[in-house]
Amino acid sequence: MEIWRHNDHIEISELDPFLAELLRQIPASASPDGVRAAEQRLFSSPTIGKEPELCAEWKQYVEPELRRLFQSATETVAADLQQLNGNEKSLANRTLRIPAKHMDAWLSALNQARLVIAAKNNFTETELSDHFRSPIGSRRDLSLFQINFYGFLQEFILRDTKS
Amino acid sequence: MSRERRRGFGCRAQSKDTRETTHVLDETGSVTIAEPTKETRSEEDLDLPWQIVVHNDPVNLMSYVTMVFQRVFGYPREKAERHMLEVHHKGRSILWAGMREPAELYVQQLHGYLLLATLEKVG
Repeated sequence: MEIWRHNDHIEISELDPFLAELLRQIPASASPDGVRAAEQRLFSSPTIGKEPELCAEWKQYVEPELRRLFQSATETVAADLQQLNGNEKSLANRTLRIPAKHMDAWLSALNQARLVIAAKNNFTETELSDHFRSPIGSRRDLSLFQINFYGFLQEFILRDTKS
Repeated sequence: MSRERRRGFGCRAQSKDTRETTHVLDETGSVTIAEPTKETRSEEDLDLPWQIVVHNDPVNLMSYVTMVFQRVFGYPREKAERHMLEVHHKGRSILWAGMREPAELYVQQLHGYLLLATLEKVG
């Protein structure tokens, strides 16, 4: 895989089918799927167990807005990822172009996905700090790899945002 | 935060009549009595300040958290990094303190960036 920064887009080329599949899984991975821990992480409380009135109003008024914000980001990413539609063979050497104006949506969707995966797997801080675990021998290992891969993309986009 | 919510939230007015009358002796020697004045203070004025606390999260990238602090609070990079490191090493950092309504809006923005942020009353 190669990743390049251009004036108005980021280009990810020479994608192998495995990484292309991980990219295609971003929108689905960002969904809590009814898992309470993941839902609670995306929609965290505005106070620490205090101010019940504020928490109730937050749930009623703020959460729906956040839900729309997060959904809008994953929809933008899903639309960009349509460039990767096709079967395994047609994915060979496929290039993904991410427009500069979509960078915030990508940052959000990647972050949503990383947080949801971490919450669903209940990863420890030690596991999350292990960026070089290999080989991938279980579903849990794969999830950790996914978090690290998405984190790498986030870092790259952030460098682009800063510059 | 929805407009409907903001309109009716934290801004109820409290009125109080100051019934003390003031006697004023003017240059002609006559005494005039000043009208009682009505003093209005919003609940916000009476409210204690609130602080915004950001809590550590092992998933969010340090560079991402720094960027969010810069964007939301307009902090220069060095200050944003200082707060990010405080969150990382001490588990929490107080990012801002002030009145409740702007504090809520800041927390909403921080949640929009998926940071663990809470509101706490100062003191």
